[in-house]
Amino acid sequence: MTVDWFPLWLSLRVAAVATVLSLVPGLWLAQRLRRGPDGHAAVAVVPPAVLCGYLAVLLAGERGWVVGWTAAVLAALCEAVPLVALLGRAALASVEGSYKRVAQSLGAPGWRVFWRVSLPLARWPILVAVGLVFSRVLGEVGLALLVAGFALGRGDVLDETLRRAVESGDGGAARILVVAISAVLMVALALTGSRITRQAPK
Amino acid sequence: MIEVRIRKVFASGFALDVEFRAGPGIAVLFGPGGAGKTLTLDAVAGFLQPDEGRILLDDRIVFDAAARVNLPPRARRCGYLLPGYALFPHLTVRQNLFFALKHRPRLERHRRVNDTLERFRLTESAGRRPHEVSPGERQRLAVARAVIGEPRVLLVDDAAAGLETPLRAGFHALLRQARQDHDIPVLLVTRNLRECFDLGDAALVLREGRILQSGAPRTLAERPASLEVARLLGVFNLLPVEIAELDPQRNSSRVRWGEHVLVGPYYPGKFRGDRVWLCVRPDQLRLLPRQGRPSPNQVPLELLRTVELPHSVRLEFASEVVVELSRAEFERQKQGREWLVEFPPQAFKAL
Repeated sequence: MTVDWFPLWLSLRVAAVATVLSLVPGLWLAQRLRRGPDGHAAVAVVPPAVLCGYLAVLLAGERGWVVGWTAAVLAALCEAVPLVALLGRAALASVEGSYKRVAQSLGAPGWRVFWRVSLPLARWPILVAVGLVFSRVLGEVGLALLVAGFALGRGDVLDETLRRAVESGDGGAARILVVAISAVLMVALALTGSRITRQAPK
Repeated sequence: MIEVRIRKVFASGFALDVEFRAGPGIAVLFGPGGAGKTLTLDAVAGFLQPDEGRILLDDRIVFDAAARVNLPPRARRCGYLLPGYALFPHLTVRQNLFFALKHRPRLERHRRVNDTLERFRLTESAGRRPHEVSPGERQRLAVARAVIGEPRVLLVDDAAAGLETPLRAGFHALLRQARQDHDIPVLLVTRNLRECFDLGDAALVLREGRILQSGAPRTLAERPASLEVARLLGVFNLLPVEIAELDPQRNSSRVRWGEHVLVGPYYPGKFRGDRVWLCVRPDQLRLLPRQGRPSPNQVPLELLRTVELPHSVRLEFASEVVVELSRAEFERQKQGREWLVEFPPQAFKAL
């Protein structure tokens, strides 16, 4: 039984980079959608995970113009940005309006109210959103890339490796990878989720 | 000086239509919930855009519907104190003050913050966050943050609501200090009549988006302009009467109140047979033990309840008549079994 850790490393790398890169455009979108009706926010998450797989094929396929795992990151961003926007919108909405009103009356322009007041006050819900986005990108987007038959050089994303390990009768390696990925997901969610109950007093 | 003349109709049909001027000092916006008090503050601060009208702060136009001027809240320089104060919980006391001075030169910012910390006795708490300091310090920080940027007007939206008595007294002292130090108009929203009298240099009584009466709080208590105002103030006995006689020569009148006849002054503009409300304050009534035949304006009434207040005693009689006596007077009267309530003729105001 030999465990190839490369797929786990690749999946983590793709999910982490996509999550971090999605924060700025996602939160910008969240701020823009703040005043719109809920329908606008719902539209923002319409792109299904399978679209990411399709996008990956287009980007990294035979006629694609992006090589390597960058294609996977770009594909994952397609999923992560709307999700950050949706969850970030809820997080920003949880900040009491009185803080923003006082900040404005003290002479702060909109961007400063956002960076100095709304964002710091919504930091815990946003951190939870980051955990959720990371988990979703790691799991669901990995699956979509698998469906799309996405392959990168010598390695595959985790789900593809799991399928091959099971099919080739190497159940031990598959189990170790499943335990490893589950542990990563649980730690990510536990770390972010626990912050909900330890929010700074307002 | 602040001048406000605005009108705004909301989708619900509620219309805010107010016009007033206020100079340096505390102008109280008094009225029940939903009267439009906070909406008026929001319009002044720039959070609500009226449909029509004009707002001047310190002789500068900050809103003019006709000229399409509508300065954003950040450009209006209004100190805004909200219920709960909305102190930024992630910033220290010092940083909360810095926030209000971000557009000033660095050295000036430091100097002003240090001065303010000292003036408001916050120096020792400067490095703590709002939830780590005492309620009194939070109060001082809120007022300090609102005035540190030298606002043109200070808006206070029922910020003392729900406070315990010592904290409320402390907050009132801070507002008086702010009025004295900064010489700016303070618009204070409250539903508390005591606060209105404690702090107000002027008072505006609002109901359903309109100003019913304005003037010194004392004037309101002496001469309510309408039945609505008298009811809102809630400090008057209101007697529904019918005018039986009017004698302008002797400046007198007789009115029927149920089975009783009361003598009062002449009521200009009223006619015999008119049904009016007579308004008289509880402290203007006298209480006498019942002995023999009552004189004019002495009415035997059944005592329903006695309420002991910190400085006086409130006696509630049948027909919704309330008499307020000093404690000493009450001690003299309390042995009696039956009382006559005497209505001094000149105390009556017809509404």
